[in-house]
Amino acid sequence: MTEMVHGVLPAQAGEPVLPRWWRTIDKWSLTAAFLLYGMGLLLGLAASVPLATRNGLPPFHYVDRQAVFGLVAMVAMVLVSMMSPANVRRFGVTGFMIFFVALVLLPFFGSDFGKGATRWFSFGFITIQPSEFLKPAFVVLVAWLMAASQEINGPPGKALSFAVAVVVVGFLAAQPDFGQSALILFSWGVIYFVAGAPIVLLTSVGGLVAGGGWLAYQYSDHFAKRINGFLASEVDPRTQIGYATNAIQEGGFFGVGVGNGQVKWSLPDAHTDFIIAVAAEEYGLILVMVIIGLYALIVIRSLMRLMKERDPFIRLAGTGLACIFGIQAFVNMGVAARLLPAKGMTLPFVSYGGSSIIAAGITMGMLLAFTRSRPQGQIGDFLGRGR
Amino acid sequence: MTRTPLRPLARILQARAKGENPDVIERENIRQRHEQMRDRQRHLAEGRLLVLGAFFFVAFIAVGLRMGMISASDPTEPRASGSADSQILNQRADIVDRDGNILATNMATYSLYAQPQQMINPVAVAKDLKKIFPDLDLARMERQFTGKRTFVWIRKTLSPEQMQEVHDIGDPGLLFGPREMRLYPNGHLASHILGGVRFGREGVDSAELVGVGGIEKVYDNWLRDPANGGKPLVLSLDLTAEATVREVLKAGMDMLHAKGAAAVLMNVHTGEIVSMVSLPDFDPNERPTPKPTKDPGDSPLFNRAVQGVYELGSTFKLFVLAQALQMGLVTPDTVIDTKPFRLGGFLIHDFHNYGSQMTVTKILVESSNIGAARMAQMIGPEKQEAFLRTLGLLNTTGVQLVEAEGAKPILPPKWTDVASSTIAYGHGLAVSPLHLATAYASILNGGMRIYPTLIKTDHPKVGPRVVSEKVSATARAILRQVVTQGTASMGNVKGYDIAGKTGTADKPDPQGGYYKNKVVSSFASVFPARDPKYVLVVTLDEPSDGTGKDAKRTAGWTAVPVAAEIVRRVAPLLGMRPQVETASLNGVKLAQN
Repeated sequence: MTEMVHGVLPAQAGEPVLPRWWRTIDKWSLTAAFLLYGMGLLLGLAASVPLATRNGLPPFHYVDRQAVFGLVAMVAMVLVSMMSPANVRRFGVTGFMIFFVALVLLPFFGSDFGKGATRWFSFGFITIQPSEFLKPAFVVLVAWLMAASQEINGPPGKALSFAVAVVVVGFLAAQPDFGQSALILFSWGVIYFVAGAPIVLLTSVGGLVAGGGWLAYQYSDHFAKRINGFLASEVDPRTQIGYATNAIQEGGFFGVGVGNGQVKWSLPDAHTDFIIAVAAEEYGLILVMVIIGLYALIVIRSLMRLMKERDPFIRLAGTGLACIFGIQAFVNMGVAARLLPAKGMTLPFVSYGGSSIIAAGITMGMLLAFTRSRPQGQIGDFLGRGR
Repeated sequence: MTRTPLRPLARILQARAKGENPDVIERENIRQRHEQMRDRQRHLAEGRLLVLGAFFFVAFIAVGLRMGMISASDPTEPRASGSADSQILNQRADIVDRDGNILATNMATYSLYAQPQQMINPVAVAKDLKKIFPDLDLARMERQFTGKRTFVWIRKTLSPEQMQEVHDIGDPGLLFGPREMRLYPNGHLASHILGGVRFGREGVDSAELVGVGGIEKVYDNWLRDPANGGKPLVLSLDLTAEATVREVLKAGMDMLHAKGAAAVLMNVHTGEIVSMVSLPDFDPNERPTPKPTKDPGDSPLFNRAVQGVYELGSTFKLFVLAQALQMGLVTPDTVIDTKPFRLGGFLIHDFHNYGSQMTVTKILVESSNIGAARMAQMIGPEKQEAFLRTLGLLNTTGVQLVEAEGAKPILPPKWTDVASSTIAYGHGLAVSPLHLATAYASILNGGMRIYPTLIKTDHPKVGPRVVSEKVSATARAILRQVVTQGTASMGNVKGYDIAGKTGTADKPDPQGGYYKNKVVSSFASVFPARDPKYVLVVTLDEPSDGTGKDAKRTAGWTAVPVAAEIVRRVAPLLGMRPQVETASLNGVKLAQN
C-alpha cells in the first residue's frame, strides 16, 4: 500500500533493449545474412584476385575492402534491426528524400568510370551509388503511403506512390540503369499486390504484357532474335553466359577445388554479376545449393512472418524489402544458370561492391526490424472484436 | 456483411435521451469499421503473401534444379555455334597411283589466329610474328591487333617449326586451330593431273578442302563423300614411270631449249594413262595463282598434254594411211604421184624433193606431204572427217581432268578439199597430244577404239573397231620402218621395237600465217611394234638443237631422241623384257617387201 501511495523508483518501461531484440529478432534470417556475408568474402578471395591483378593492386585488395564495407554493413544491419518500425519509417522517408536529391544531382556531380552510365558519386576512397540506397527507402515510402491509404479518410496513397515510382524510374532510366528501374517498378508492384490490387487489374496487366510480348516476338525481328538466342540450346562460348555455363559444368557437384577455377580469369564481371559461377566452379553445386538455400530461407521466412503481421505499414514495407532482396538474388543466379536473359544484377551480400553491400545491410536490417515478433492483438479475435 | 451506419439513429436518440454524448457511439462505430477493414486487408494480404512466398520458393527451386542440371552435364570443349548443316567435313580421301603409292594425302596441321582482346602486348606480338613470317604486313597486323576486332586469321597452315616459334612468343591471344592440310608428297610430279585444293569454308576447328584443278576438282564430291569410308582414289598412273618420264622430258626440254614439252604414255589396249607430263609444271602444295596479264598457255598451270591443242604435223599421216588401207584404196606398195601440185591456189610441196613417184610405205617413211594429200584426195573429205571423228580427234578427250572439258580440237571452218589435204599432213586441225595418243592407240592396238582414262580400271571401255587387225599390223610395220630407216631413225631402241611417226609443224603466228623458225615437233609411237603395249607421244614446243652448224628443229632431231630415251628407261620399269633379235627380223622382212 505504501508503494501505491508514495510511489517508488520509476519502473523500467519494458525489458532492456538487447534482450528484447534478441528475443524478437528472426534469428534464422540474421544468421543467414551473416553466412552470406562470409560466403561473399570466401568467394571474393577467388573472384576478385584477377580484377586486382588487372588493376595492378595487391591480390587481395578487394577482399580487404569488402571485409571493411561488409563489417560496416553488418553493424548497420544490426543497428537498423533494433529500431522500432516507426523509426525505420522516419529514417526511411528522410533517406528517400536525401537519396532522391542525390539521384537528381547525379548528372551534375556523378562520375561514370568510363562505363557509359553515370551512376556513382566518387569520394576518393569510396564510391556511392545512390540508387542502391534509394531502393529500400523507396520501399518504406511506398509502404507508408499505401498503408495510409487504407485508413478511413486516408490520402490517395496508391496513386501518389505510383507517381513517385514513375519519377524515380524516369531518373534511373536516364542514367541509364534499367536494372534498378525494373527493381523499383517490381517493388512497387509487389507492395501494390499485397495492398490489395484488384484481381481484374492484375489479370488485365498480365494479359497486356503477355500479348505485347507475343506481338513483339511475332513482328520484331530484333526481339525475336534475342529470345531465340536465349532459348537456343547452343550457347556461344565467348559470351559471359557461355563462360558461366562452362564453369558450372566444370565444377560439377564438388567443384574443381579452391583456387583452381579458371572462369574468374575470363569473366570481367566474375566478382559481381557472375560470382555464382565462380562459386559453382571452385566449390561445386553444393555451395551453390547452400547459397540458394540461404536466400530462400531469408525471403520465405520473412514473408511467412509478415503474414501474421497486422500492421499494414509493417506488412507492406517488409514485403517490399524481402521481395527486392529475393528478386535480386533470383535474377542474378537465374542469369548465370541461363534461366533468364542476361541482365546485370548483383547478388546481395555476396557480390563485391561497397554501396551494394552496405545497402544490402540496411535493407536486411529494415527487414529484420519489420519481422521482429511483436504482440499482434490476436486476443482480440477471441474477445469478439472485429468481424 | 451488414454495414452498420456510423450514427444509428435509434442508439443516438437513446443516448441523447440518457444525456450521453452521441459522438462516442460514432467513434466506436468508426473504430469497429476500421478494424473490420483491417481484418479484411489482412486476410487478403495473407493470401497474397502466400502467393509471393510460393513464387519465390518455386523460383529458387528452379534455379537450384537448373544449376544441378548444368552441373550434372559433362563439360564439353567450348565450340563455336555449329549446327548440323554447317559442320565441316574435313576427311578427304587419298589419291594413290596404280600400285598404291600415295599421290595426295592429308596432314594434320594448325592454322594460326588471334583474339586481340586477350593479347597482352599486341604491338610486340605483331613484331614477333613479322620475324617468323616475313611476308606478313606489320602495320596491318598492328592495326588489327589494337583495333576492335575480336578475331583475326593470321596463317592458314603452319609448319611444326613455325608453330613452335609462335608458341615461344607465348601470348595468350595467339591461338591454333586444327586443320587437315592437303599434302602432295611427290611435289611437282603429276601436278597437272592432281591439280590442287584450296580451303573452302573455314572454322576454328576445321576447314573444308575444295579441289580447284585436275582430278581433285573432277572427283571433288567423290573424295569428300564420307560414304566411301576413306577408300583412296586409285589412278592409272605409275609413279615410277611418271617420275622417269618427267626427268627425261625435262632434260630433253632443257637441252633443246624448248619452252614447253608434253608426254603421254598410255596403255594401247585399255586407254589407261600410265604417265602424263606437261612441262613447265608446278608444285600443287603451293599452287600458283594464274596471272591474268600473261598468256594462260605459258602459265605452269597449263597442261600441254591435255589443254594444249597444236597442229601436230606429219604425225597425222598415219590417219590417211590407215584409212586408205582400210578402204582398200592402197597397199603399202601402191605407187603414188608425188609431184608438187596446186589445189585451190595453195601449193602443196615437200620439205625435200623426193622424186616424182613414191610407194605408200616410202611416203610415210620419208614423210611426204604430197603423197599424204594425194591419199586424202582419194578418200574424200566427208569420209576423212568421219574417220577422224571415230578416232575422237574432233571432240574433247573425255579424260577425267577438269581442264580436258575446255580442250576442244580446233577444226577447219569448212571441210574443203584444201582442208582435207592439209589435214592429211597435220595442218588445219589442232588437237592435244592426248588426242593424238588416243588415235594412235586406237589404230595400232589392233584397231579397237580406246578412251583415255586416269582411273585404274579392269573393265576399260573399248570399241567400236576403227580399222581391221590386218590394217593395224600393216600400219605398225610401216611405222616401224619410219624408225628403222626413215625420219625417226634416232628412235631405235634395241629390244623395244618402236614404231612411230614424226611430226614437225610450223607454229601458227597469231598475226596470221606461220612462223618460219618456230615449230612444234612431236613423235607419236607405239612399242613394241609387233605386239604393242604402250603408246607414247612426245611433243616439244619450239625446240632447237644447236649442236650442229644450223639449228635443227625437226622432230627427228628433237622429239624422237627424247622419246627413245623415255622408252629405254621406262619400258623396263613397266616390266617389259627387251625382245631378242629374231623379233626385229620380222620387221626387216616386211620392209623388204
